[in-house]
Parts: sequence; structure tokens; C-alpha cells
Amino acid sequence: MQTSHYCPHTPAEIREMLAAIGVQSVEELFAPIPAELRCSTFNLPAGMSEFETYAKLQQLAGDNCQNLSLFIGGGFYDHLIPAAIDHLAGRAEFYTAYTPYQPECSQGTLQALFEYQTAICRLTGLDVSNASLYDGATALAEAALMAMRATNRNKVLVDGCVSPIARQVLATYLSHHDAELVELAPLDGLLNRAELAAQLDDRTAALLVQYPNVFGCVEDFSGLAGQVHAQGALLVTAVYPIALGMLKSPGELGADIAVGDGQSLGNPLSFGGPSFGFIAAQKAHIRNMPGRIVGETVDKNGKRGFVLTLQAREQHIKRHKATSNICSNQSLCALRGLIFLAAIGRQGLADLARLNYDKAEYAKSCLATLPGVTVLQTAPTFNEFTISLPKPAEAVVASLLTQGIAAGMPLGPLYEGSENLLVVTVTEKRSKKEIDLLVKELEVALCN
Amino acid sequence: MAEMYFTKEHEWVKVEGATALVGISEHAAHELGDVTFVELPAVGKQVKQFEVLAAIESVKAASDIYAPLSGTVTKVNSELDDAPEKVNESAEEAAWMVELQLADAAELSQLMTKPQYDEYLKSL
Amino acid sequence: MQLIYEKSVAGRRGVMLPKSDVPSAADLPQALLRSESAALPELSELDLVRHFTNLSRRNYSVDTNFYPLGSCTMKYNAKVLENAANLFAPLHPLTALLPGGEELCQGALGLLYDLGQLLADITGMDEVTTQPLAGAHGEMTGMLLIAAYHKAKGNRKKYVVVPDSSHGTNPASAAMVGYEIITIPTAPYGDMDLELFRQAMNNEVAAVMMTCPNTLGLFNPHIKEIADIAHAHDALMYYDGANLNAIMGKVRPGDVGFDVVHVNLHKTFGTPHGGGGPGSGPVGVKKQLIPFLPMPRIMHDEESGKLRLQTGAPESIGRTANFFGNFGVMVKAYSYMIMLGREGLIQVSEQAVLNANYIKEKLKAYYDLPYDQTCMHEAVFSASKQLENGVHAIDIAKFLIDRGYHPPTVYFPLIVKEAIMIEPTETESKQTMDEFIEVMIEAAKQAASDPASFAAMPVSMPVTRLDETKAARSQTVCCIG
Repeated sequence: MQTSHYCPHTPAEIREMLAAIGVQSVEELFAPIPAELRCSTFNLPAGMSEFETYAKLQQLAGDNCQNLSLFIGGGFYDHLIPAAIDHLAGRAEFYTAYTPYQPECSQGTLQALFEYQTAICRLTGLDVSNASLYDGATALAEAALMAMRATNRNKVLVDGCVSPIARQVLATYLSHHDAELVELAPLDGLLNRAELAAQLDDRTAALLVQYPNVFGCVEDFSGLAGQVHAQGALLVTAVYPIALGMLKSPGELGADIAVGDGQSLGNPLSFGGPSFGFIAAQKAHIRNMPGRIVGETVDKNGKRGFVLTLQAREQHIKRHKATSNICSNQSLCALRGLIFLAAIGRQGLADLARLNYDKAEYAKSCLATLPGVTVLQTAPTFNEFTISLPKPAEAVVASLLTQGIAAGMPLGPLYEGSENLLVVTVTEKRSKKEIDLLVKELEVALCN
Repeated sequence: MAEMYFTKEHEWVKVEGATALVGISEHAAHELGDVTFVELPAVGKQVKQFEVLAAIESVKAASDIYAPLSGTVTKVNSELDDAPEKVNESAEEAAWMVELQLADAAELSQLMTKPQYDEYLKSL
Repeated sequence: MQLIYEKSVAGRRGVMLPKSDVPSAADLPQALLRSESAALPELSELDLVRHFTNLSRRNYSVDTNFYPLGSCTMKYNAKVLENAANLFAPLHPLTALLPGGEELCQGALGLLYDLGQLLADITGMDEVTTQPLAGAHGEMTGMLLIAAYHKAKGNRKKYVVVPDSSHGTNPASAAMVGYEIITIPTAPYGDMDLELFRQAMNNEVAAVMMTCPNTLGLFNPHIKEIADIAHAHDALMYYDGANLNAIMGKVRPGDVGFDVVHVNLHKTFGTPHGGGGPGSGPVGVKKQLIPFLPMPRIMHDEESGKLRLQTGAPESIGRTANFFGNFGVMVKAYSYMIMLGREGLIQVSEQAVLNANYIKEKLKAYYDLPYDQTCMHEAVFSASKQLENGVHAIDIAKFLIDRGYHPPTVYFPLIVKEAIMIEPTETESKQTMDEFIEVMIEAAKQAASDPASFAAMPVSMPVTRLDETKAARSQTVCCIG
């Protein structure tokens, strides 16, 4: 065996170790494996230096178009990331540590996660949060399961305006839980209130809504919590965290559980992951929360410290009766989220939300002037809105892609009869120049 | 003073006429460590002997509590909601958990007396 | 150390945003607006940086301390992997799903496809999905695939069999898919009891979940027989890849009868643990399960040589996550695999096993070794000898913290009393291990000579032993302020 930079033993050291064990060769250590189980093939390419490896990865990155003008969202958003985040989350003490099972030597991670939980509680206006879940879509599914446990009911209502991707994950998660998943088809891009009234009953565990919804609409949900609670069901809201710099919080709306995807908070797009899901709830639901939770306590000398707590909910204790099978959280991504929120700060998040809103309103007003283009105005929007084009949206998007512009998300593949509809996303990163170019190129594409 | 009977799963029951109090043994409380939560059943719930009646959690463990006898829940000890530590302090007295209206007192024959339970503990 | 909220001063800014270059729009209706901004921290960038820099210094980590946490494979995380992941930061996942978008993501799709092929080759599977976001998520996905397989065949299945030494995520994942659990005890020889397994198996068992080597670090030589018994009942074999670090190039789970595997990229393939995540848990399957794989599925178009996405297979279990999985984590694992290559990965397993056996031999005179035989990549001791003097496994752990070591895993697997599970990994030098062995021996000696001294440990950390009972009872999970 050659000494390598990751397997440090010299031949002399290996000989010493083998002697200490009392065997002649490393092969002897594999003797407990019967010969007939040994693999006859192991076809992998030969290795290379880190320099050649990096060059290969550069080539792969170069085979992508990574500098498109991004007017797309779909759950992942192109937001500014303060430079400090890479440096702080890139500290080896944070990223090469593991789950803080030995709290005395993990107070860095534990305190950071406690501060993260606090940030999520304050952002959502709810009492308790966990230390993060895998992503926004799985968080929504976990919230549905949580509501089913809390109410001991198995009918789940989901607004059809909730992201189709999240609804697909929800369906997958519920497929084996003896659950009745009822989708309320959107009405003019909004929650269908009549359908809701018809379906909401004393078998309903929860109503799941999203704001802003997939069409970009921000509905007035006041009164919704009361209506849902009257039937003994829970209100679950999926929220876009940047929008919470401006919009009413789930807590203010009377929601019982809030979830969302934290990618917008300091995590790069990175082709879809890693990200993190956040979940927060009213205090009464804490025992039903999935995932890890960090709690505050004191040590033997009365000094404040932090530990993983309420572990009796989790798989390593309750095994098949656990609130979820979750083991890892997305600790480092949640840390980035915390640092982002701390860097942006109280006023900064409000300013950032305002920037997104103003840019989207500007884009909306410019696009509305294009011949044949109408903006779907059923409700106010935040930084995403839906426009109707005079021709199928997919062809228009394909055409603009060749100009280096990702113009929006076509709704045709997601909702029947929506072939001409396009959801346009505008974040603080889109300059006026980019927006003007989008409008110009769209006009050209519509003429052809 | 009512006699205490014990189950193999470390529950105790004290019969007083047609009703009985149920809790977990000192041994069980000790094994669990610091109790952090007791999940009590709803009044009116009906249980069969040895079915799950309640649940208990400590920092490092979680356990179901099984009904020593069949019956209907008539009372629960709500003091345990805010003070689960009572289970560690007085598992076999103050920390009774459930009062049952008994369905069949003859089921007692399936349980162990205190001396029998103490012998059983030695064998574990 | 203060919380970041305790350091906040109203009006401070940590980062300045660009000014708006568009007109200011009319406000949204009042009814939609939050009444008060969220009470997020307000610090200068300097104070922010100091806070997190100092927080980080309160952690033990692989880069600062030997971290022999059994079952977690805390190997060194190569820095070039981090650089590689940064190359893909600006790539939006939705691009691939836009019309004409696949063309613009050929590099990323190619990486995912190649990664899947490499994992399939390593594990002996036919195809791999990269969508699951963690090991446990992979387990759930695997169980969903197995359920779909049985449903398509019209099989009525109720149970999943696991050994009592299994990681808690195994039964928890099976339960999430609606199965009841049958647990088989571990025999005195350290493996799932073959006879009891044979008796327990019936036609209602959907799957048998195992890890190999098992959580005791022992390889089950009867694995093929177990697989044959399972298959005879049309039950599928599920491989929990947590311990794959022991057998690369030696055994391929697909060759010995496993039908579904999940791999933990953050364990075996050197991606950093991040303080508890993000991980990545790709799932490999044999041919008969391919129709059920989650969408989207990456396909290689032979003719054009391009990579395409399949989004609507009729029998697919659907979506288990947002997009393609934790891509950033997968870039690192892919880079690790192509960097080490065939010889490098074989060497990883050989040296992981060598290192664990070395520590096992050196410590067995001082700590009880419940299974005194050749182990694989991890060795499980018991502190039962020390317990005779009132010193528990947790006390040995706190002793090690004071000596600058992250402790091994304690109290797992559940079937060993006072378990201490040591997994050094292949990236540790002999010097590091020899020093650790010395300290473990010291701990054993001190447990005999001065057992009372352990209660106060650790003394060298910012906090000493914490009141976990108080934490669970008071449930303070955020700073009220």
C-alpha cells in the first residue's frame, strides 16, 4: 500500500501495527469474510491528484450556463449573500464538527443552533422552533404529520396554490400513513374558499397554505385561523422567509405551525442543495416536533449552557415510535441562515424585502405595457407575479434562454389550461438594466 | 391499607373496592432516570389488561405504561403534568397516575405480590 | 458567553444593501403587513464576526481534535472538496426543468449521473437516485421503493425485520412507511441470531434491514444465507450503508443479496459533517426496482451523448425532496471518489480496518471487549469493568474531553451495556492513535485508583456537565426578548 496524504501510515508503521495485532498482513483482517462473498470486480477509474481533480470539476462547472439573468424561483431564490458568511461558516470548527451529542465540547454549535431557533421564532412570530429539517418541502410534509398526531385525525387539506413540488413531496410522505389528502383546486390563483368551507370538517387535521403562493399572490388570510380552529383543526403556513421582512407573520395570522425553505437566507443556489427547512409552532406542539431541538439549561456551577433536548421524541430513543425518522439536521446551512439574519439585521430584512417588492413592481408595470401581456391581478404580490402571454410560455422561455435570460417559470406543465402563464421572480439582485433587458427581449420573442 | 400488586413490566396497582390506582414501581422510576414527561390517558378511556394505558419519558428513555387490569379511566393525576419529577420522588405513593373503574377484579391473579415482585427483580 | 441577542444594539447594521435603482412602489395594503419588524440581532460586522469566531472556538472538530465517534466515520475532510463545491454556487436548479434548460446544465447533470454510476459500481447495484437528503431520508426512500415493488406485485406485506443492534433510524424509517417491526436478537457470537431469524421470517415480511458490518463492527458471514431466506419469502434485503467504509473493494452489497442500499456521503465519502448536517443519502437499487425510482431521474441519451431528465415515470414513488438532492454535498463526494480512485478507495477500507483492530488490541486488556474477535472499521468496548468502581462510559467520555479528545460514541449499540464504540478511520496517523491509547489506559487506571474524581469532569471546557433534566422540563428553546 502506498502512503498517501489521506492514509498516512508508512510501510514500517504498518508492519508495527500488524505485529501488535498478531497478523502477517492486512488481508488477514478480512479473513472473517467468506471467500465466496468477496467481490470479483471493483471497476473504478484510477485516482488523481487534487489538482487534476479540481481541473475536472472546473471543466464540469464550465459545461453549465451559470450566469443566466435569473427571473425564476420555484422555491429557490437568487439572493445576496454577505461575504462574512462563507468565512464564518467556513471555519473548520463549525463544519468539521459533528452532532453535538457531547455538549461540553460542542457549545459553539449548540449556542448557534439556539440562536437560530430564536431567529426563526422571532421571524415567524411563533413560540418554538427546532434546529432545522432537510428542506422546505419535507418540512411541509413533517408539519402535516405533526398536525395529524396532534389532532389524532387523518384528513389533510392542502391549498392547490402551494408549490406543486412541495405538494408532490407531501403526497409521497403521506402515501403510507392512512391519510386522506385533499387538494383544493386554486380559484383565480387564490385559495378556493367555497371548496374549503365544504371540505373543512371535524375529521380535518390541518389546512396547509403558502404565502406568497406559487403564483406570487399574497392573500388576506385574516379569519382563516379562526375558521380552521372552529373545526378543531390546525393552520399550517408555508412561508418565504425574505417576505417576512414585510408581510404579516404566521403568528400574527394565528397559525399553529409555520414551515419554509431557508435557502434564501445565506445559502447559495448550488443546483438545488443543500438547503434547510425551518419549522416553528405554538408552544403546545413542542412534544410533537420532529427533528433535533436545542434547549437552554445550566451546568453544575449554575453557568448557562445549551444541550440537545427532548430527545425522547427522536429515533435513537423511540425507534419505530419516534415523531420522525430524522437523524441529521442541516446544521451548517441553518448556521448560514442565522449569520445571514444577524448580518442583515432587524431593519435590514425590512429593507431587503422592500427592495425585492419595488423591483418586482417595476418589472410588473413594465411587462404590463407589452402588447398582449396581462398581469394576473387577483391579489397583491411580493417578488413574484404571474403574467399571461399571447402565446405558449414554454416556447417564449426557451427562446429567451438562448439570450441568457431565464424569464420565468411556465405554469403549463404544472396546472391544466395554463400554457400561456408565466411566473416571473424578481429579487434584489436583478438590476434595472437587467429588468429592462428582460422586457425588451420578451417583446422581441412575442413578436416572432 | 390496600395491597400492592405488580406486573412484569413494572407497573403497580392498588385495589380499593371497585376502583384501583395505577403507577410505576420505584425500580422502573430509578431505571428511567429523571422523568421529564408523563402522558396520561383521557378520562373515560377503556383499556384491557396489559394494553397500553399511558406513556412516560425521561431524558434518555421513553416507555409505554401498560394497564395491570382491565377497566375504564375515572381519574388521572394531573399534578404530574407540571411536576413529572414526583415520579422520581414517590413513584409508589404520591405519583399514582391513573384511577381505573375495574372490569374484572379476578385478573389480579395474573399479577405479583410485592414479595414476589422483589424476587422477580432479583432475577433480572 | 453572551447570546447574539444580548449583544444587539438598536440601529446597528451588519451589512449595507445596495440602493434601489427602481422607483418606490405603493405600499401593500395594511392588512397584509406585519405590525412590527422581527426582533433580529443588530450588530456591526465586526461584532458579528467576533461573536461567531469565538463561538466556533467552543467546538471540538475533526480539524482540531481526534474524533473517533463510532458509526459516524469522522474522517478528514479534504479542502479541495470545498473549493470544488464553490464552483457550482450560482447554478439555479430550476434551470434544468425549463424548456431547453437541460442543455445549460450538462456539467451538473453529468456529475450526478457519473456519481450514480460510481456508487452503483462500488455497491454492486444497477442504478442510483441522488435525491435523498440524508441517510435516514435514504432509508425512508428505500422503504417507499420496497413498498411500491410489493404493491405492484400485489403482495400483502406488513412487517420489516431488523436486528436489535440496528440504528434507530431503521425501524423509524420503516414505521414512516406504515410497516410494523419484528426485532431479532443478536446471538452471543455477535451477529443477528440466524435461527431466530429463520423462525421469524414469514410471507408478510416486506424487507430485512441490515448493515454490514453490523453496529458491533462485525461482518456477518451468513449474510448470503439470510438473503436467500428473505428472498424465498419475497422479502427484499435493505443495506444500511453507514458502515460502508469497512468493505470498499472487498464486498459489494449487491453481490451478496442486497436489493436496495443507501449510502451516507457524509460518512464514507469524506464530505464534512457540518455540526450535524447537511448530509446526503443516495439510494441504489437492483433492476426490478428501477420503475419506482423518484422523479426526476437522470438519463443518459446514448445517441446524442447528452443527459436528460425523466420527470413522469408512471410507477415512480414521486418526489422525496425539492430537486436533485444535496448537490453541493454530492460535488464533494464525487470529487473525493475520482481523486482517490479505485486503489485509493480500497486502501481506505484496508486502513480503516487496520486502525480499528490496532486500537482494539491495545485496549482490550483495560476495557471489556464483549466480542473478542477481528473487528472491521470500528471496535465496541464496554465500561463494565470500570462500572464496578462506579465509573460509567459517560465518565470516561468526560475524562477524554479534558484531555483534548472528542469521545467515542457511548451507549450505542443499545445491546452492549456501557458501550464505547471507537472508529478511528483511515485518515489518522499511528502517532495520534498511540497518544489516544495512552490516554484511554490512563482513564482506566484512574477509574480504578480514583473513581470519585470523574464526577467533576470535564473541567477544561466553557461549561461542565449540563442539567439535561432541567432542559427537558423547562423546554426553553429560544431566547425570549
